[in-house]
Amino acid sequence: MGCSCEQKLALTFEDKNIDLSLMEPILKKYEGQSASLISILQETQGVYGYLPLSALNLIAERTGNKRAKIYGIATFYAQFRLNPTGKYIILQCQGTACHVNGSEEVSRAICEELNIKPGETTEDGIFTLEDVACLGCCSLAPVMMINGEAYGNLTPDSARKIIREIYEKERRKNSDEN
Amino acid sequence: MKIRIGLGSCGIAAGGRKIKSKFGELFKEKNIDAEIISTGCIGMCYYEPIVDIIDDNGTYTYANVTPAMVEEIVNEHILKSSPIEKYIVSTDKRPYPQLKKQVRIVLRNCGIINPEKIEDYIESGGYEALKKVLENMTPEEVIEEVKISGLRGRGGAGFPTWFKWNAARASKGDEKYIVCNADEGDPGAFMDRSVIEGDPHSLIEGMIIAAYAIGAHNGFVYVRAEYPLAIERLNLAIEQAKAKNLLGKNILNSGFDFELKIKMGAGAFVCGEETALIASLEGERGMPRLKPPFPAQSGFFGKPTNINNVETYANVPWILKNGGTEFAKYGTEKSKGTKVFALAGKIKRGGLIEVPMGMTLREVIYDIGGGIKNDKEFKAVQMGGPSGGCIPKELLDTPVDYESINKTGAIMGSGGMIVMDETTCMVDITRFFLDFTCKESCGKCIYCRIGTKRMLEIVNKITEGKGTLEDIEMLEELCYSVKDGSLCGLGQTAPNPALTTLRYFKDEYLAHINDKKCPAGQCKALISYKINAEKCVGCTMCSKQCPVNAIHGERKQAHIIDQDKCIKCGNCIKTCKFNAIYTE
Repeated sequence: MGCSCEQKLALTFEDKNIDLSLMEPILKKYEGQSASLISILQETQGVYGYLPLSALNLIAERTGNKRAKIYGIATFYAQFRLNPTGKYIILQCQGTACHVNGSEEVSRAICEELNIKPGETTEDGIFTLEDVACLGCCSLAPVMMINGEAYGNLTPDSARKIIREIYEKERRKNSDEN
Repeated sequence: MKIRIGLGSCGIAAGGRKIKSKFGELFKEKNIDAEIISTGCIGMCYYEPIVDIIDDNGTYTYANVTPAMVEEIVNEHILKSSPIEKYIVSTDKRPYPQLKKQVRIVLRNCGIINPEKIEDYIESGGYEALKKVLENMTPEEVIEEVKISGLRGRGGAGFPTWFKWNAARASKGDEKYIVCNADEGDPGAFMDRSVIEGDPHSLIEGMIIAAYAIGAHNGFVYVRAEYPLAIERLNLAIEQAKAKNLLGKNILNSGFDFELKIKMGAGAFVCGEETALIASLEGERGMPRLKPPFPAQSGFFGKPTNINNVETYANVPWILKNGGTEFAKYGTEKSKGTKVFALAGKIKRGGLIEVPMGMTLREVIYDIGGGIKNDKEFKAVQMGGPSGGCIPKELLDTPVDYESINKTGAIMGSGGMIVMDETTCMVDITRFFLDFTCKESCGKCIYCRIGTKRMLEIVNKITEGKGTLEDIEMLEELCYSVKDGSLCGLGQTAPNPALTTLRYFKDEYLAHINDKKCPAGQCKALISYKINAEKCVGCTMCSKQCPVNAIHGERKQAHIIDQDKCIKCGNCIKTCKFNAIYTE
């Protein structure tokens, strides 16, 4: 491990036990292909749900790039996350149409309901809340997307209701399992 | 009997999938033999979920369909052949009134064909243009035809398409690339998403023709990762095209090879700029490069590369099939053809429309869009997203073509049109866009990186009621410095929202600064919530909703809001059933 800055940075990562063998198929698929760093990072995030530091280091080593470069790419793009996420990822649209149709109030209600701020994950690991630029469903503004599904024409109340329903579903699932 | 259900992102968000499965269940239960087809977006997003019933008598469109309505539709319309008039918004004999003014070239198939079946596209005349090009035309003739059509880039700047193609063709080297920019990052624009979701083959066909014209054998579609459905459908379409030998080696036995791949963007607005997009394609941080050399000379890994956006390519098959002259019949002298717009914001009929260039903004917003929601007063229309500007009421008769829109200080952009009414604060909108560009600046140029931040700070100060007149001067000065001191389009256009609002809505800035008031009642620091004692009946609803217990009063007596405690959340105004609470 390199300089003291890098060691300090490493402490901000949460990964403890990462099974790096899951990286092999990805690294193999793109072996020798230039221009594939973003795709590798995307698929790595697909496996772990985020980009663990050990995986970033492995990518640097195996693609023959500097660790700083991989870290630079991972932090440039909004899609990449350096910490684990919740089971459900809520993307709240910050587009213009949503803004003029009251997305700020919806966002406030969601934050209140989950007791977290955008960019954070609930303690129980069920929800991660994120801001995104625009989901492109502007005529249904305000909009949010939860795990790929869009919910439109939100009001603070309807947003709360959607979140509560998911919580309820999760609770029932857990009690069934026990 | 066929049933068509709109399942674009908007249709799904409105509950389209539930409607589809409800029809499926009922058909099974009642033993009805009818085909259920999923289509993309017809553009009438405010009517979603939309269901078309196509029987021997014609096509009937049902809007805002609920599961309960599905049952009625099946029982009455399908089983007894009696259409339910009260739910029907359009039939082929009396089509949507707002469709009349539209000309659909790019959206010709959207909402009509099943985007997941290549056969549907072929049946509606798809890939005929490609066949014609590969069998009978030289690359030079293709470029000439596009030149005759007058097609200009639909991504924002409006550069003539033929010129780009010609430059890439003229560049030396046998390895060339064709790229589609589908990184639709403008907040408020969703044309590209709808075209890919609703008619992916028109994009693929356009790209193959462009590749043939410039002599490229490899292509990429750079799509935003935020559009999962578009990526899924495009992937499927590419596979189907390969299976029919429309992509790959020796396409349609012409000897021409072309491979097409999808690259997913990773969420960076700046990647809409073509040199940044190329950097991102190469797997790097998406930071713009100096032009020249232009991508047509030195693009992807230094090879000649042609980049157009989705809408531009989707026009190409139509042009080659019907001829450039036919296309040039639409539009104005310098802006030919049609333009797709995404209407959103405070508009009655939001959605996707396509109109001939040169139609006025008034026609677009009032005749097609139906005017302002809740019949409020129109204030401005925002075009071009964070690179564009706000066009005021006085300029509503501006025709939509590249030159006229540029004259207003806005830009055509990719086609987002956000309509704003009297309740939208123009200083707040400026703050919103500056916040966006400030976050999205890649950081390469100092003026863009720090200048937008300083501009945002000034505007924030004004919305908080702490602004001074000098702030306006400083803001204006910074606008011009950022424009001059930035390398790429992001920085050069980032000041446009501020410049246009300063130009047309200076009085609103002055009201914030001199009177400490926000005329639109949006800037929280400058408004206070009050109760009209005459209207208040003392129902206590508002005081129950107040999160900070700022509302006091006895039951059945007028209440009072404690201004020191109030956090201006607005819960009370929404709760009050007697319109007794107002903002000042």
